[in-house]
Amino acid sequence: MDDLIRLVGVTKAYPVGDAPPVPVLHGVDLRIAAGDFVAIMGASGSGKSTLMNILGCLDTPSSGDYVLEGRNIAELDVDELAAVRLRLLGFVFQSFNLLPRIDVLDNVALPLLYAGVPRRERHRRAEQLLGRVGLQGYGARRPNQLSGGQQQRVAIARALINQPRLLLADEPTGNLDSETSVDVMRLFGTLNTEDGITLIIVTHEADIAAYARRRIRFRDGRIVEDTATEPLA
Amino acid sequence: MIAALAAESLRGLRANRLRTALTMLGIIIGVAAVIVMLAVGQGAQSMVSSAIASMGSNLLVILSGASTSGGTRMGFGTIPTLTGADAEAIGELPSVAAAAPTVIEAAQMVSGPNNWSASVTGTTPEFLTIRAWQLAEGVPFTEVDVRSASRVALLGLTAATNLFGPASPVGKTIRIKNVPFTVIGLLAPKGQSLDGRDQDDTAVIPLTTAQRKLFGNRFPGTVRFIIAQAKSEDAMVRAEREINELLRQRHRIREGQEDDFTVRNLTALAETAAASTRIMSIMLGSIASVSLLVGGIGIMNIMLVSVTERTREIGIRVAVGARRRDILWQFLLEALFISLAGSLIGVGLGIGVTHALAAALGMPTVITPWSIGLSFAVAAAVGIFFGFYPARKAADLNPIEALRYQ
Ligand SMILES: Nc1ncnc2c1ncn2[C@@H]1O[C@H](COP(=O)(O)OP(=O)(O)OP(=O)(O)O)[C@@H](O)[C@H]1O
Ligand SMILES: [Mg+2]
Repeated sequence: MDDLIRLVGVTKAYPVGDAPPVPVLHGVDLRIAAGDFVAIMGASGSGKSTLMNILGCLDTPSSGDYVLEGRNIAELDVDELAAVRLRLLGFVFQSFNLLPRIDVLDNVALPLLYAGVPRRERHRRAEQLLGRVGLQGYGARRPNQLSGGQQQRVAIARALINQPRLLLADEPTGNLDSETSVDVMRLFGTLNTEDGITLIIVTHEADIAAYARRRIRFRDGRIVEDTATEPLA
Repeated sequence: MIAALAAESLRGLRANRLRTALTMLGIIIGVAAVIVMLAVGQGAQSMVSSAIASMGSNLLVILSGASTSGGTRMGFGTIPTLTGADAEAIGELPSVAAAAPTVIEAAQMVSGPNNWSASVTGTTPEFLTIRAWQLAEGVPFTEVDVRSASRVALLGLTAATNLFGPASPVGKTIRIKNVPFTVIGLLAPKGQSLDGRDQDDTAVIPLTTAQRKLFGNRFPGTVRFIIAQAKSEDAMVRAEREINELLRQRHRIREGQEDDFTVRNLTALAETAAASTRIMSIMLGSIASVSLLVGGIGIMNIMLVSVTERTREIGIRVAVGARRRDILWQFLLEALFISLAGSLIGVGLGIGVTHALAAALGMPTVITPWSIGLSFAVAAAVGIFFGFYPARKAADLNPIEALRYQ
């Protein structure tokens, strides 16, 4: 199968004041096939979010190559990166990151605004996706009028609206109770098996990781374990 | 795409109405100030230029009396030293087209039950030519009328209206200082003079009639001043010199002795007046522009605060795929909407205040389309200029840092 993602010797170091940059990722090599479902685990501060930001084209590696769909991301300028995020990627943030001043429907439809989709079509598709994540009829509410789990599902709907090939979710169940977590993971399961979307999720919980087909363990900016498993239904 | 971004901008502005209104206020006041100041300046300028146009061209006025006499300053024309014969001689000079001796005094006029006090000008037929003064009705008096001191009068519009109402005065009789006159003509209106007098509040009669029958005879045959017209603009200086030489000779003034008359270049005086109103109007405009500039800085200020406050929002938009120019446009359009809406309201307010000023203080004001267009364009430019920096700052935000911003 073709690799959707190929990381070769990716490092990331953050400058901290005048001191020399602190390395967070130490040469990560990773291949992820199209259609895979990967869970990334690891201790807090081990660099999982840093890696996700790079995979999501929100940040660029300090060194090494990131090849996405055959294109080297390091060679793209800011607008080309924006286009990749818009056309290819969906990102579910740990802290939802919904716009507080616009309603749920417009939040879900936001990426389509930048894709140049007419307003009516934007709203039609957003309505449809709200139904898919079980939030029919919530479109007119403001994000702060929803529960944490509902906001998480709005964020997922937004990540899905541009029909991405790759969905990245950073601790998508971190704020949810176990029952809602199961709902979200089931949704991810069907997105992977039925819609063929490649999924990468970060999680601390083993029973959440159990939904994935492949588990990667991270420690101090390095991959220390990479196992294929039979996914939970 | 731009339309969709414009909708986002409007939504952003609506989400913070009070702030939007306050930001707009700066532009509103700036634009209104520019409109009002330009209207006042233009009003003054057009008043001066129509006064100058009504004066006649290439005018010289020769006043009786020196500007100083024995070290003591005397009022011009207090001792009449000029005569009708002087005027005739001046009229014959090579650089002079015409000259008219003139006496002016205020007098009571009566027609039936109406009475009215106005200035009465005694002069010769050349006066009307020199002042380029047309008749609206009737005929001017002639040389013959002057020679025979006939009791005929030309009425200015203000005097005529006050004596006869809207009816034509031509052919009617009026009494000036109890002397009956026949009105033979109605003068075309001239409006205000440079010093703000109503030039139409007058009666013009033959010089000799004024001298012999109206204004007593303390200094027989003399006149207060002579007005003369040079043949061309270029001939003004020459005419002034010729008049000087002629009068010194006629009045037998010896070398080293002081003149008993003063020649003044009215056209030059008028130009000075025009130039000073022009300067005043530029100054008014500049002062007003400063407030427009301050309004622009207000926009920049608020937009910068807004960009900082909405850092996270910007990060989210960029993270889901907004390009630099999408963010740039959204914020630039916000600034542009503020300045355009502000200048629309400002234009309305400015026109209102201008009319109120004109009505309350009787100030001459002129609102021209270009002054509205100018302040509108300047406000839009101010919006774009001062909106651009904050918008670029927003567009240049790094998504990761923006999302991390608390
Ligand atoms: N912008 C930054 N500047 C400096 N250091 C940073 C920055 N972002 C992350 N780091 C550091 O990089 C390391 C990895 O952070 P990262 O957010 O990737 O951890 P994580 O694995 O996602 O942790 P968690 O499970 O708590 O979310 C941390 O030590 C953190 O302090
Ligand atoms: Mg993290």
